[in-house]
Amino acid sequence: MTELIKAKVSELLANQTADRVLGWKKGEFFYDETPAVFQAEELDDLVYDGFSAPNLSKYLIKESKKEGKVIALLKPCDTYSFNQLIMEHRINRDNVYVVGVPCRGNLDINKIREKGIKGIQSIKEQGDELIIETIYGTKTLPREEVILDRCLCCKGSQHMVADEVIESGEPAWEAKADRFEMVTKLENMTSDERFAFWRGELSKCIRCNACRNVCPACSCLQCVFDDPASKVQAKSNADDFEENMFHIIRAFHVAGRCTDCGECSRVCPQGIPLHLLNRKFIKDIDTFYGEYQAGADIEAKGPLTEFNKDDVEPSIVKERGGK
Amino acid sequence: MMMYKINVDRLPELYAKMAESRALYLPIEKNDQVEFHPWNADACVRLDKLNTAKSAKDLFFPQTENLMKFKMQGKNISIEENRDPVEPFVLFGVRACDVRSFDVLDKVFLADPVDTFYQSRRENGVVISMACHEPEETCFCHAFGIDAADPAGDISCWMVEGTLYWKPLTEKGQALTETVSALMEQAGDQDQAKVEESQKALHAVMEKLPLYDLDLTGFDGDHLLEKFNSEKWAKLSEACLGCGSCTFVCPTCQCYDIRDYDNGHGVQRYRCWDSCMYSDFTMMAHGTPRKTQLEKFRQRFMHKLVYFPSNNDGMYSCVGCGRCLTKCPISMNIVKVIKALGGENHA
Ligand code: SF4
Ligand code: SF4
Ligand code: SF4
Ligand code: SF4
Repeated sequence: MTELIKAKVSELLANQTADRVLGWKKGEFFYDETPAVFQAEELDDLVYDGFSAPNLSKYLIKESKKEGKVIALLKPCDTYSFNQLIMEHRINRDNVYVVGVPCRGNLDINKIREKGIKGIQSIKEQGDELIIETIYGTKTLPREEVILDRCLCCKGSQHMVADEVIESGEPAWEAKADRFEMVTKLENMTSDERFAFWRGELSKCIRCNACRNVCPACSCLQCVFDDPASKVQAKSNADDFEENMFHIIRAFHVAGRCTDCGECSRVCPQGIPLHLLNRKFIKDIDTFYGEYQAGADIEAKGPLTEFNKDDVEPSIVKERGGK
Repeated sequence: MMMYKINVDRLPELYAKMAESRALYLPIEKNDQVEFHPWNADACVRLDKLNTAKSAKDLFFPQTENLMKFKMQGKNISIEENRDPVEPFVLFGVRACDVRSFDVLDKVFLADPVDTFYQSRRENGVVISMACHEPEETCFCHAFGIDAADPAGDISCWMVEGTLYWKPLTEKGQALTETVSALMEQAGDQDQAKVEESQKALHAVMEKLPLYDLDLTGFDGDHLLEKFNSEKWAKLSEACLGCGSCTFVCPTCQCYDIRDYDNGHGVQRYRCWDSCMYSDFTMMAHGTPRKTQLEKFRQRFMHKLVYFPSNNDGMYSCVGCGRCLTKCPISMNIVKVIKALGGENHA
């Protein structure tokens, strides 16, 4: 796949469709790829495989403001974020040439480690298997067992926007789980149980802000939590209340705009399932305003920014209540 | 000092005994994450876990702590010191890299003027270290002259075939040992040999680690400007999100901010960890001295690899624990920086 992509982008650079490429750079090991901008002569380090997880859309806010045109390699789910940023007038579409790349579901290095695999020397994807060489011996794992959680609820193999799509010929990856399963479980808990669940999770937060900084919907020039006048400290959880509020406020702020790209949960160093907060909002939006997928269609009206006469009234909160 | 041993099955008794007289912190799993938490009989202790998600530095240098309170009454202001109380505690199961990190922090907080908040925690804490068993590819303690098979601390421990070996190294360690020695047996020459064998086995594994020989050539005070002015920072920092994950999980990152919280009728002054990656780091009236992410990013690595050693007799303020390697959202880290600017790339 990497070779196919390299050939394609080399061609696009050669015929001056664009002058640089935003993609993933090979790491020190076999799973630690870094987003990077490549010039034609730097393409050797470009890589695309199961570990090309970072969603590159947010980098285009900055990249598309520069001169020239950049090729952006986007996975199907990344294209939703791209569209959403276009709708929010954050990306200059004219300066981006989107090349859609096929995806087989990303791999989760933490899940690999949880399987007791340590001292990794190399990881090879061979069909549906991963061959992992470690200093303690070779291990084989079915790919499906170490798929990143977000990919288990894949939105589909279709790119929502692309100037061109690279086909792999491999069967498309499909969702394996119901996206709202855990949300429903949480809804069915008593409020005490639910509170205990979230306190357990959020008490792990170290307020590193990785979730916010990686989030394509969090594109404010200065976050309210970084404003000294807000009185809260973006870098410390002074108490439980602040710890909870940061996440709840953030979830409210991205409601209707969150594409469920799953980056927040992927990057959290403490393994907090932040996506569940966002999915709760998505589920409620679907129920109250009709099914809506942020970033699927740039002509669509945002459910929370559009007013319709038959919209639910605020009293819905009381009617539904909390359990 | 004498070495002791105890069967793994009897560890809960050992924990209970230690916890009688003071708080005991151990790598404990909670909500799928292993951190140093206070022990209780129901805790899921994970001595097998190589490294906790966060380092152990919280115990000496907490993420947030109160300093003092100001109360306004009419035209008077009263000042009250309200530091959080510190009680004796034991920190059990610290790896060699994290033990070294305390030496790094000591250089900062115990140098004149002494930070009494940190000092009182250091004095009240007994550090029991644990030799490593199955190191990860991300471990590079050896590059900093740390021996994972022979960790420092007040007491060192080795786990060999179901037995925990326990060796006090300091007076503090000896004093704690005396309170629990009734539970343990004295170790003999054979035991000593077993420990040495396990150390040899670990050394053999360590040599196979990909970062074992990480070359730090070029990172010293003599090459300060050359490193500072390198063109490579632009590419290295290009994708950095400016989050603080790397700094908050790092055992040696030591920067903090002092803030006032105005609660309407007074002010609580507290300090909290800060990160050089953040936009308001070292914010002054005229703004911040490092405006771009490149400058912020560069600061983190220059501090650890150049400024700190040049001010502290060559001691780097990285201990090779590998946390920033596994936690950075975009997998940019100190090893990539070292390889790009040091060793054979050091011009
Ligand atoms: S990434 Fe995780 S630990 Fe960091 S602020 Fe977000 S929730 Fe907290
Ligand atoms: S290096 Fe990585 S962890 Fe550190 S601030 Fe940048 S993106 Fe965050
Ligand atoms: S810089 Fe990274 S490897 Fe070094 S001590 Fe800090 S977290 Fe560990
Ligand atoms: S860096 Fe060294 S001391 Fe630290 S956990 Fe790894 S092997 Fe052990």
